[in-house]
Amino acid sequence: MKNKLSHLDWLESEAIHIMREVAGQCSNPVLLFSGGKDSLCLLRIAEKAFRPGRFPFPLMHIDTGHNYPEVINFRDKKTQELGERLIVASLEDSMRKGTVVLKTPDEPRNKYQSITLLEAIEENEFDCCIGGARRDEEKARAKERIMSFRDEFGQWDPKNQRPELWNLYNAKVHKGENIRSFPISNWTEMDVWQYIERENLELPSIYFAHERDIVKRNGAIVPITEVTPPTPDEKIENMMVRFRTVGDITCTAPVASSADSIEKIIMETASTVITERGETRLDDQVSEASMEQRKKEGYF
Amino acid sequence: MNDTNKNNTVLRFMTCGSVDDGKSTLIGRLLYDTKTILTDTLSQIEKTSKKKGMTALDLSLITDGLQAEREQGITIDVAYRYFSTGTRKYIIADAPGHEQYTRNMVTAASTAQLAIILIDARKGMLTQTKRHSYLTKLVGIKHIIVAINKMDLVNYNESEYKAICEEYNSFASAIKLNQPEVNIDFIPMSALNGDMIVERGESLNWYKGSTLLETLETIDTLEKTKNTQLRLPVQYVCRPRDSTNEDLHDFRAFMGRIESGLLKVNDKIKVLPSGYESSVKEIRIGEKLISEATYEQSVTVSLNDEIDISRGDMLVQKEDTLEGSKSFTANVCWLSESNLTPNRTYLIMHTTRLSKAKIASINYKININTLEAEQATELQTNDIANINFKLAQPLIIDQYSHNRSTGCFIIIDETTFHTVGAGMIETLE
Repeated sequence: MKNKLSHLDWLESEAIHIMREVAGQCSNPVLLFSGGKDSLCLLRIAEKAFRPGRFPFPLMHIDTGHNYPEVINFRDKKTQELGERLIVASLEDSMRKGTVVLKTPDEPRNKYQSITLLEAIEENEFDCCIGGARRDEEKARAKERIMSFRDEFGQWDPKNQRPELWNLYNAKVHKGENIRSFPISNWTEMDVWQYIERENLELPSIYFAHERDIVKRNGAIVPITEVTPPTPDEKIENMMVRFRTVGDITCTAPVASSADSIEKIIMETASTVITERGETRLDDQVSEASMEQRKKEGYF
Repeated sequence: MNDTNKNNTVLRFMTCGSVDDGKSTLIGRLLYDTKTILTDTLSQIEKTSKKKGMTALDLSLITDGLQAEREQGITIDVAYRYFSTGTRKYIIADAPGHEQYTRNMVTAASTAQLAIILIDARKGMLTQTKRHSYLTKLVGIKHIIVAINKMDLVNYNESEYKAICEEYNSFASAIKLNQPEVNIDFIPMSALNGDMIVERGESLNWYKGSTLLETLETIDTLEKTKNTQLRLPVQYVCRPRDSTNEDLHDFRAFMGRIESGLLKVNDKIKVLPSGYESSVKEIRIGEKLISEATYEQSVTVSLNDEIDISRGDMLVQKEDTLEGSKSFTANVCWLSESNLTPNRTYLIMHTTRLSKAKIASINYKININTLEAEQATELQTNDIANINFKLAQPLIIDQYSHNRSTGCFIIIDETTFHTVGAGMIETLE
């Protein structure tokens, strides 16, 4: 008998197995691709799971309309390289249809992604969405299933989840219901970075240290963009920063960093003292239970 | 978060005990002392600790998950936690220990290689300790650490510890838990003060054994399973049908995870249940060709003959005598709120195969508190019973004690599609 697999090999093999279960059990799955590092790991896993064949699912991006252009360009380039189909579901389309109504024009759009996602699921009749969420990200995710059941309204009911035993994943649903599948559930942020390094995955440039105009607001670094202008009394600084997550501009903050390579990012991640979401997701800090609340409403 | 080693191995373990045994504090302590908890989480815990009027940091809050639970002060579901040391990456399945949550324990145990059973040193062995031990045996966990916690509350007294060890050992003999292939370790500790978890502390100097973390780091995780025969359930068939690429025009490969054994190029294999034979042409992980693959690896396999294989089939070595079975006896843990009734038809999911199943008979159920067999005509949530099944389709099964992956199955309700039961195959018929 050979030696035990290294943790990266083990995690990769588990993720491939989960993705193939989705392909084997579901009739119309989709892979959610944001251009972010976790979804890039998913794409690499999909390649390992299904090549030399095509992916048995299209990719889908929920576009809030507030994205860093680097990320959108990267998304399109990556999709083209893979030769797979990309569906873009636009939050601004939902706004035009009147299904998303912002309280104020500058309100962060992150939480409204759920509505656009549910509309896209219904329109395309997807029975499973593969996502890059991890259990180590946030408390409410620690109990998330690998195949997470959502009812007709896209709701996640923590008390009505299917028990998940061994590596038997029950992805059976009725029409209208769906599964959210999380192949990298058991990965930590460090695992993700190590995998990116090992597989030599290309990332959007904003993950690496670069100069950016920012202001400091309530302890967070807020990047200055068209949709996030400074208030009159704020002082704009130019700073070396990088992003630990990419998402809607209005709720994703960079961190001060000079790490301009994966290797340096891994060193920084190893010595970091603040969690990924705590540091850079402005929307999770609202209340201790905010992620749980959003998930119940159909958020990823 | 200070571990950058790329070649950790994975160890999955579970913790059994209730809040009262200090289980949450133990996990909190492990995460805290291995520096897995970052400052923003800590400051939240500090705030909450103060809000609850506590003077010291309440490490148990680290593992408190959902709002509903925080309000009720109990954990109602299995939560997964992670830490890494430079030797191993650990996945903790944190299962609540209340009586009504047998199903959560079984769920957590199903993926665990090791179980930590917590005992409150003041209380010694309780009914729940026996229940937890029985369940770890049922689910086939080969490594058990009996953590005798709250030693600080019995003045770190060695004789109290010894008495509990002795009592546990005689119970383990009684339920035949202490088999040669099962490893039982005892560790005295105080999770609250951090003695014998990661640090040795000052108060347990009479104890010469390893700390909890040392034990976790050094335990041999290679499953000493008797069955090293190849089991490769087919998950998906790859047929690119790519007309632009000559090589891929007739390409056909079978994708799945090797559940046990070894597979090499040129190996003679057999497909079950059809019995068709062929030999291995190529093995791939992703697009990389490899000459052999071992258990737990997800592979893509092509064969030298064109034979009909689809999802649900199993590849085994040619000389294997394994066959499909249409009936078997299994130990079942009932997970659903609605009862198991013998006259209903259920679906059984086993490896990548699905079959309709009928209950031929409920032989007995186990009273989880007395561990005695009782008569039963129905099963309720958390019941454990021995059942004969009859299947519509043959399944390629092994005894659970020989092979966890091919000896386990889940029961799915035909109407709701929910997972309602978990089974471990005892005998093939």
